[in-house]
Amino acid sequence: MSLATSRTKDRIGALLLLALGAGVAWSGHVYRVGSLTRMGAGYFPMLLGLLTLGVGLVLGLGTLARRAPGPAPHDPRLQRRHGADPRGAALLLLSIVSFIVLGRYGGMVPATFACVLLAALADRANRLREVLLLAAAASLLGYLVFGLGLQLQFNAFQWG
Amino acid sequence: MGHSLLDLWYGFGVALQPAHLLWAVFGVLLGNMVGVLPGLGALTTISMLLPLTYAMAPVPAILMLAGIFYGSQYGGAIGAILLNLPSHPPHAVTCLDGYPMTRAGRGGAALGVTMLASFFAASVGIVVMIFLSPYLVRIAFKFGPAEVSSIMLLGLLAGATMSRGSPLKGVAMTLFGMMCGVVGTDVNTGVLRLTFGMPSLSDGVELGALCMGLFAIADFLVTVNREVVVTGHARMSMRDMRPTRAELRRSVLPMLRGTLVGTLFGAIPGTGPTITTFIAYALERKVSRHPERFGSGLIEGVAAPEAASHSKTQVDFIPTLTLGIPGDAVMALLLGALILKGIEPGPQLITAHRDIFWGLVASFWIGNVLLLVLNVPMIGVWVRLLRVPYRLLVPAAVFFTCIGVYSGRNSLFDVGELAVFGVLGAVFLLLEFPISPVILGYVLGPLLEENFRRALLLSRGDLAVFLHRPISAGFLAACCVVLGVQLASWLRRLRMAAPVPGRALP
Repeated sequence: MSLATSRTKDRIGALLLLALGAGVAWSGHVYRVGSLTRMGAGYFPMLLGLLTLGVGLVLGLGTLARRAPGPAPHDPRLQRRHGADPRGAALLLLSIVSFIVLGRYGGMVPATFACVLLAALADRANRLREVLLLAAAASLLGYLVFGLGLQLQFNAFQWG
Repeated sequence: MGHSLLDLWYGFGVALQPAHLLWAVFGVLLGNMVGVLPGLGALTTISMLLPLTYAMAPVPAILMLAGIFYGSQYGGAIGAILLNLPSHPPHAVTCLDGYPMTRAGRGGAALGVTMLASFFAASVGIVVMIFLSPYLVRIAFKFGPAEVSSIMLLGLLAGATMSRGSPLKGVAMTLFGMMCGVVGTDVNTGVLRLTFGMPSLSDGVELGALCMGLFAIADFLVTVNREVVVTGHARMSMRDMRPTRAELRRSVLPMLRGTLVGTLFGAIPGTGPTITTFIAYALERKVSRHPERFGSGLIEGVAAPEAASHSKTQVDFIPTLTLGIPGDAVMALLLGALILKGIEPGPQLITAHRDIFWGLVASFWIGNVLLLVLNVPMIGVWVRLLRVPYRLLVPAAVFFTCIGVYSGRNSLFDVGELAVFGVLGAVFLLLEFPISPVILGYVLGPLLEENFRRALLLSRGDLAVFLHRPISAGFLAACCVVLGVQLASWLRRLRMAAPVPGRALP
């Protein structure tokens, strides 16, 4: 992977860290910092926020260095050759969201079915028949194991 | 010492009574199964079965609950190694080298070594428990909030700097984890912090959602349709599942080191298995001749943390039982179960309730033998589970994770947290930030804050207290060493960067 791309990643990371640190430090200020003898609720968040700001700054400054090595060498194993697949990732997220929504309004069984269905659809290699079968099996198994076996407080079906 | 042996003999007498043995075995088996299933952890299971113990006598009750606990430790390694799904935070470290081993087809061997290391470490832990309890209790008394703060700081630093990639990013992730730990109600003042107006967050972020989201969900999000995971290709013979002699030889020293770390940390109140496994892993990396190969599937990276976890688990019972100070949430729950039965944990427990203490010790050993006997043949079954194509495993795993997280507090909000952390984890992965320090920060951050505040309260705002007390000063010195090592290697790297003609290095 070219160094430029690594540098961009570090830049984005540094920016995120700066934003995070600033946000948390601000919240620390809101919660009242207090003093060392009587630490307020905001002392620790303020500390954390400032430290994060510092780290973000150092990381960001590292990316400004004109040549290698810049920040510490990147672990090749951490590098990914390509980014995530947006469609697959979106479907996976949707599967979790559907579990939540259907779990609230439909009950455990519909939630399970929808969750497994959508998650299975995320992988392009899965055929529709396998997907439906898997979802049905998971729903049944889930009901038996979690609903009946473990007596989980989760209605199997509910209407609205 | 002879007295302890007599007590142990008595303990075996208690543990081997049919009724007690039955409940211990039940707990152990259940714990093992629960440990394997992603999403469900020992904490959830113990809390679900706690009402069952109301009607039971104290001895079988505690035997069963304890069995669930260390049974899940064995099972947790299975999920971590084979599926990159840590069902309990300590196993997050095992994922780092265990899962790459599975992807390389050596998952069975990793499991084999884990079982052996676990059994060995647990046995050592039990022996330590038996003979060193009185001494450990004495040392534990010397640990005040200042000491606990310093050791937490050391743990956090070690965790931050030993993760893959840039230590700076490791520190950033540790800080992020600590921020996640801040979310919720402040213990001292009752102020709601970082809850963004959401009442469900007043108890803080759910640990299961954090763990599963950052590890499993994030991984799924980033690898779906992208990477091909090696599962079940050629038929694996029984021999493939056994670790090679070379692997066994290479894991002996890490096992011993891990056991040592676990035993040492076991005695210290306030430290849980999580920090212990991190430090064991960090130690292995520092000691190794090829530190850069960690994370790609080294058996040392699996044996050491697992050994540390198991010996820690056993020794952990000492401060829990004798001082009433639980090392982590599960211990706290066990403590609660004891108190419900009218048994006061404290220094007098060993003498006032000999049957509970020694029966427990004896049952530990019986339980561990059972787990070893059970799990070694089962490795084949677990690995065969991987024959199921990865593309079908992922949806099942997602479901398990959702329902597991839900079962923690019967809360769909927690499942929402799972999704959020999944996205965050995916972002971290894409930006090449290491994830494991987040867990450490989340677990240790609140503890550090609480002890830090307490220490300062006791010393009336005097920061020097951390240096005046010798044990605390020692740990702080270790922190400086860790920082120094990092600084030295950074300077070395700057100097080693090839000078470009015409431009001097800054």
